[in-house]
Amino acid sequence: MSEYHADSQEFRYIGKPVKRNDGPEKVTGTAVYAGDIVLSGMLHARLLTSPYAHARILSIDTLAAEALPGVRAVITGEHGSVKVGIYMQDKSVIATDTVRYQGEIVAAVAADTVEIAREAVSLIKVEYEPLEVLNDVREAVKPDALLLHPHLGTYAHSVGVFFPEPGSNIANHTRIRRGNMEEGFKQADLILENTFEQNQVLHVPLETHVTLVQWGVDDQIKIWSSGQSPFSVRDLFSIAFEIPRANIEVNIPFVGGGFGGKAGIHLEPLVALLSKAAGGRPVKLTPTREEECQTLPCRQGQVARIKTGCTKDGRIVAEQVEILWDAGAYADYGVNIGRASATSACGPYHIPNICVDAKTVYTNHLYGTAYRGFGHPEVFFAVERQRDLMAKELGMDPTEFRLKNLLYPGDETITGELITENTGSPDTCLKRAIELVGADVAYTEAEKAQMAASGKLRGKAAAVLQKAPAMPTWSASSALVQMNEDGSVRISVSGVDYGQGTYTILRQIAAERLKMPIEDVYINKSVITPLSPYDWQTVASRMTSICGMAVMEACDDLIKQIREIGGVALRASHHEVEFDNGEVYVRQNPHYRIAFGKIAMGYVYENGNAIGGPLIGRGKAIAQGLSNLDEHTGQGKAALDWTYGAHAVEIEVELATGDIEVLQMATVIDAGRVMNEQLLHGQIVGGALQGLGCTFSEVLLHDDQGRLLTRNFTDYKIPTFKDMPRTVYTDVVETPQLDGPYGARGAGEHPLISVTATVANALANATGVEFHDLPLSAWRVWTKLQEQKQQEQQQQESQE
Amino acid sequence: MTTLPLHLTVNGEVYDAFVSENATLLTLLRDVLGLTGTKEGCGAGECGACTVIMNGLPLNSCMVLALECEGAEIRTIESEYQNGQLSNLQQAFIEHNAFQCGFCTPGMIMSARALLEANPNPSRDDIKEAMEGNLCRCTGYDSIIAAIESVGVSAP
Repeated sequence: MSEYHADSQEFRYIGKPVKRNDGPEKVTGTAVYAGDIVLSGMLHARLLTSPYAHARILSIDTLAAEALPGVRAVITGEHGSVKVGIYMQDKSVIATDTVRYQGEIVAAVAADTVEIAREAVSLIKVEYEPLEVLNDVREAVKPDALLLHPHLGTYAHSVGVFFPEPGSNIANHTRIRRGNMEEGFKQADLILENTFEQNQVLHVPLETHVTLVQWGVDDQIKIWSSGQSPFSVRDLFSIAFEIPRANIEVNIPFVGGGFGGKAGIHLEPLVALLSKAAGGRPVKLTPTREEECQTLPCRQGQVARIKTGCTKDGRIVAEQVEILWDAGAYADYGVNIGRASATSACGPYHIPNICVDAKTVYTNHLYGTAYRGFGHPEVFFAVERQRDLMAKELGMDPTEFRLKNLLYPGDETITGELITENTGSPDTCLKRAIELVGADVAYTEAEKAQMAASGKLRGKAAAVLQKAPAMPTWSASSALVQMNEDGSVRISVSGVDYGQGTYTILRQIAAERLKMPIEDVYINKSVITPLSPYDWQTVASRMTSICGMAVMEACDDLIKQIREIGGVALRASHHEVEFDNGEVYVRQNPHYRIAFGKIAMGYVYENGNAIGGPLIGRGKAIAQGLSNLDEHTGQGKAALDWTYGAHAVEIEVELATGDIEVLQMATVIDAGRVMNEQLLHGQIVGGALQGLGCTFSEVLLHDDQGRLLTRNFTDYKIPTFKDMPRTVYTDVVETPQLDGPYGARGAGEHPLISVTATVANALANATGVEFHDLPLSAWRVWTKLQEQKQQEQQQQESQE
Repeated sequence: MTTLPLHLTVNGEVYDAFVSENATLLTLLRDVLGLTGTKEGCGAGECGACTVIMNGLPLNSCMVLALECEGAEIRTIESEYQNGQLSNLQQAFIEHNAFQCGFCTPGMIMSARALLEANPNPSRDDIKEAMEGNLCRCTGYDSIIAAIESVGVSAP
């Protein structure tokens, strides 16, 4: 066991620069991802997908494909009609009689090689009858709109949590009501209404949803998946196929990015059916990038209408928000995005009179799912744009306006949760972000003259953000901390570390709790459901907080056993036993110590007598105290914890091209407690740049027939090295979370939220051009600048 | 599919293989030679995850036919780890937290290696220019630049 030297500071490992533990395998290329796994007898799968956004399937002829040598299985909707889902079971494994988006799976082939499978797919003949396409969420929500899911009322879903409206395209309608809207707007001196729009965007994990399944004898199912949610895959698979959970083994090796898009269940049932049809041989499906773009789900689109009432002195008295979510063809996971967005629909502001309607609406677009931030990046584009526009109307500084209306201790959120001193501090985050980029410092006349001369206008702005984990009230984690023979420990959890650094932070927590050298704290780096303890899903920035609490409890359980067995070995009562640095001793006699290794598997006396046995700590944690929200008012406990934050930016707009460069960007998060600064910095910088991608270039475009135009990296651009802001600042506020491990709360998703609004506000400050939609691509900005110029000219001419 | 003989050197080792006419260098590396460190992100030369060094130059191995590599010298991520030692770039990537999910990392390191061989002391702008073809969705690139800079000859 390596030597540990006690630190004089309060913590040994919490907040210390511990390096991530997956480095050597990731930098050498030896980390095994699902796509690297090869099994004996393994077949390769290819997909046939729909060329139409909406069509009836009249016939499918698979005879020629089946006859091709080397083809071992061909399946269609006939074999894959079972519905699988997490919140709203509206999607079958393979399209049956109708396709509802272009890219939807219509048939699949398993063959000896990828080439044979691809050729077989080309031999499948499908006859379609194209149907009317719902290409716009505003059309889809109209009462007389074509119904995409006429059987919505029969779909299994979480009752009392989601509220579908059968007979419409609304898969869920979450309402929040507080106060009295009529009275509220009566008190207002100024009412401002705006509509904000955002198209769908893609997650873009560098590794696609690779899936390998063997449907073995006696319905023993083995799955290897690039997924975020091993136990949800097991659970949902079990429900859909009526196979016992214990028969289903889900393996999650290293995962090449998720961003929410690999939460829930995806291709596992399809590949399982192929394996079954191929007589139980293992089948691997590696989706192409095009399939990842057009067949696997995206982030939902949004149209948000906000009507805000304000007094003259800048107090928000009423706000009405209607959010239409473009769920696309299916809303299985999507309904919870609508619900989450409703709980956050007014941002971290204290507003007495509230009316929120969030509707998850079916269209014939690619279907949406969880995406980093889960509804919030979209909502905060609308909310934080609206705040700047309102401040402008009031003639008030936007920061002053925000500070006046933010939530402070004693206030209640829109769902009726009390804000306390420990909830977090959005105002501190905002002020700090502004300070970092000097967003409150006005440009001098000389600077303005220089900008005018160069044709490059600069602008600054800031905005706040918030998010709570969006998850069921019962979402839980568990952890095992087992002692090895040498007294080191290994942690087992079923949260997946696809790069966030979860495993490193959990090691820090265990080392801190067990007061032992972190080099002696190991963690299993892959999850195997029959061996790993249960966890609901790796989502919602919940790993540090909930899984962290489970690891703490497991350590405490282990400590109890260490004291008990250590006490027997030391001939002392358990309460007299202390431990440190991997050794136990009696408190009053610290010089005589027994190494953990001596008690790890049982203590052996000199005469051979043995006591105890292998030491295993177990721990669990659940989202304590959450409640379902009232169907009519939305009141209830929606948030386990709120993480607040803010961004500030300075941008430069080139008038001749419309191109925007981010000169400075500051992101400040109230993380409760910084567990590992380098990892948190990595989350913030990465998340913020993903947010800039959504700001400048990332957008899914459909043609007038609802067919996706942006299906690859040529047409869908994510940020490159050259799209980084010139200067990036990150900082943290630490308002301890009372029920978080060492005060920590989640921060993985938050850096992405409000980036779009902050930049759009800065663009307005720089040029006067007000965007109510995205992206702020050069051509769209340039076009608006031209329109602005023409309007100014016309005004000038009419004055003359 | 016709297969044809191919002779090449990969990571200093000589290989004689039979490959199909339409097989890419990436397929050869991963599926024939079992060198799975090189990853496929898009299969269209857009993401750089499959970057290897061929005769001293970095390229997307998904865009090169295996048969074009007759007599070539290829280096993949597996060449960076020698005699049980991580290379300077590999150590720097760990030191600077220059990866998260790790899927783009092999390609990143090979692009960075090719850059450092051509320009041992690259500036931030040189790094951005040379690495623009390598996409990373996780890190925001900042830490990758810091890692590469730290290996440059003038690094402190």
